[in-house]
Amino acid sequence: MTTPSTNQQHPLTQQDLALRYTGKLLLRSEIDLDDDNFQRSNFSPIPSIIRRNFLFICQRCGNQKRSLFAKIPCQSCHQTHLYCRNCIEMGRVMECTPLYFWSGESPNWPQHQRPCSWTGTLTEVQQHASYKIVQAVLTAQPELLVWAVCGAGKTEMLFAGITKALQLGKRICIATPRADVVRELLPRMKQAFSDITIQGLYGGAENKDGTAQLLIATTHQLLRFQEAFDVLIIDEIDAFPFHNDPSLLFASKRARKKLHTTIYLTATPRQEHRVQIDRNKLPHVFVPTRYHGHPLPIPTLSMCFSLRKDLKKKNPPARFVRWISKRGNPARQMLIFVPTIGLAEEMTPIIANLLLSFGIVTQQSEVTSVHSEDPNREAKIKSFRKKHLRVLLTTTILERGVTFPSVDVAVLDAGHTVFDEAALVQIAGRAGRSSDDPTGEVIFFHDGKTDAIVHAIRSIKQMNSRGGF
Amino acid sequence: MNCIWCHDVIMVETSWINVFLPPKPNRLCQACEAELHTLHGQRCSHCSRITVDSVCSDCTWWKQFMNGNDVLDKNYSVFAYNDRMQEMITKWKYRGDYQIGYVFQTTFQDCFPKIIQTKQQIVVPIPLSPERLYERSFNQAEMLAQFLPIKSVNALSRIHGEKQSKKTRQERISSINPFKLEEPINKPVILVDDIYTTGATLRHAAALLKEHGCPMVYSYTLIRG
Ligand SMILES: [Zn+2]
Ligand SMILES: [Zn+2]
Ligand SMILES: [Zn+2]
Repeated sequence: MTTPSTNQQHPLTQQDLALRYTGKLLLRSEIDLDDDNFQRSNFSPIPSIIRRNFLFICQRCGNQKRSLFAKIPCQSCHQTHLYCRNCIEMGRVMECTPLYFWSGESPNWPQHQRPCSWTGTLTEVQQHASYKIVQAVLTAQPELLVWAVCGAGKTEMLFAGITKALQLGKRICIATPRADVVRELLPRMKQAFSDITIQGLYGGAENKDGTAQLLIATTHQLLRFQEAFDVLIIDEIDAFPFHNDPSLLFASKRARKKLHTTIYLTATPRQEHRVQIDRNKLPHVFVPTRYHGHPLPIPTLSMCFSLRKDLKKKNPPARFVRWISKRGNPARQMLIFVPTIGLAEEMTPIIANLLLSFGIVTQQSEVTSVHSEDPNREAKIKSFRKKHLRVLLTTTILERGVTFPSVDVAVLDAGHTVFDEAALVQIAGRAGRSSDDPTGEVIFFHDGKTDAIVHAIRSIKQMNSRGGF
Repeated sequence: MNCIWCHDVIMVETSWINVFLPPKPNRLCQACEAELHTLHGQRCSHCSRITVDSVCSDCTWWKQFMNGNDVLDKNYSVFAYNDRMQEMITKWKYRGDYQIGYVFQTTFQDCFPKIIQTKQQIVVPIPLSPERLYERSFNQAEMLAQFLPIKSVNALSRIHGEKQSKKTRQERISSINPFKLEEPINKPVILVDDIYTTGATLRHAAALLKEHGCPMVYSYTLIRG
């Protein structure tokens, strides 16, 4: 399948356009056609912002908050009207300009006989979940929640379901909260489905046209789709931003077709989903063990009385220093989680010196920090993976999605409010990921147990016991 | 009320002064407000740039380049350019988030009296090309001009595109004047724009106004880049 180029010599056929625009909901400025071609094509407008019972509703993002609408004296239409501030990063939605959807014929997505080139095998628990996913796809079961512990190998569990969907000529999207994860997932999927066109859609992606049958996208990109997907897989359903941003839930509902299967993936379901599971309102499958068959590492707690005072003075707490000097396997890399960006940056040189003095690293440059506002994030993660970096101080940005084979994990100030139960379970789940080194130390330094700490440990132990450990 | 930038709720403190006076529109929360820095301390008397010299090297260059007679009589800017300011300007101008302009309203009004003012001045906003205006639906310079208490006239129009951010000062001023005069003005003019970067754009506008009888041209800009 080729993607029509925009500087075409030949006029685009309606079939080309159908492939490119079906399932999208776009602003005129996002449709790369000149006015002639645009007018000749089957696009239908819908109002972009509607007013209903004193409410304003943005039809792209579902925003209804009055504080996120503003007025503009518009010099394009010479009237003063509303625009939506909530979804403005994806192009401004204004009351005077409609959104367009493709109302021409919808393309028939090909049915692929044997799309999957992956030859690995699944564990018994993975197979069980995989079977449930296939069944859901086959019967167009509307929802299935897959609750799989960190390191269960969820990507591999999806392969059979995606294969089935491709055999049936369905269109599939895997939506995940962060661009980092799209970038990590894309090569793995391309390897597993080597003959299928797969596109990654995220803020900085090179190819943003989103015309493939199989898409891997950040959840924000769903704002540009309408009735597009037969199968929508939403990764990390409990994570920020999906959990906090109602427009993403709105967009994910709109992006799927009327007859659809939505699969939710999570290692740490939120309360609302647990309640639905308990009441049998949401079909689910639980994957309690990691793919290598070893239990989840249980965090050790270390109480440091003057922790916050120490950190304020940029002193590593004494117990942390002792732990660093006596780790069971000093060959492992270290992830050190801290609550704030400032602390990550300030503590880096101090911890680097400490590690130098113990001979754990040989140069300052083997230790660095990473956080959400760090422009070199991608490069640093890469170099940690290549083991050029030995120690990363990080905010919660690395709590999930990105995995490293052999690390010890410490949390400095685990009682801080940024570390909720889900975050702590995810952080603990960074250790022991590979079958070559299936254990790993996880240690929480705190100055008083919080509910989040207690619940996280209880929940890890519960998952282990459900897994037979 | 919410902060225009970060959307956090802004607490309006009630002291016994503002029981009687309606509080000033507080459009940013304290944390965001603190990240914007107004220019202060020693600065170039001609262009507002922070410098220890009384006239900065930029302005010396311009004066020489224009054979001792700079067409722009003075520039005054309000804010310094930093990362947060850059983010705000990007969202305001390029994403088209009109509301963000109001963040600058009070300060832009309050600082205005500091620039040289004579009687009967006219404010002239730097225009956008028609295509760009249609795309963005508003001109940020016009929005700023409307905050000011004196008459604003759209005396200029733009015939060439705005994309020249990669050019040097010399290349910019040597290229064709992008403006066209719509209405000659024979009173002192204060040009208004969002940012003074190289000063070439403002000097193109000033030259055109002066060629057609304008006695003095100042500029009042939000940011000294
Ligand atoms: Zn919106
Ligand atoms: Zn309009
Ligand atoms: Zn100067």
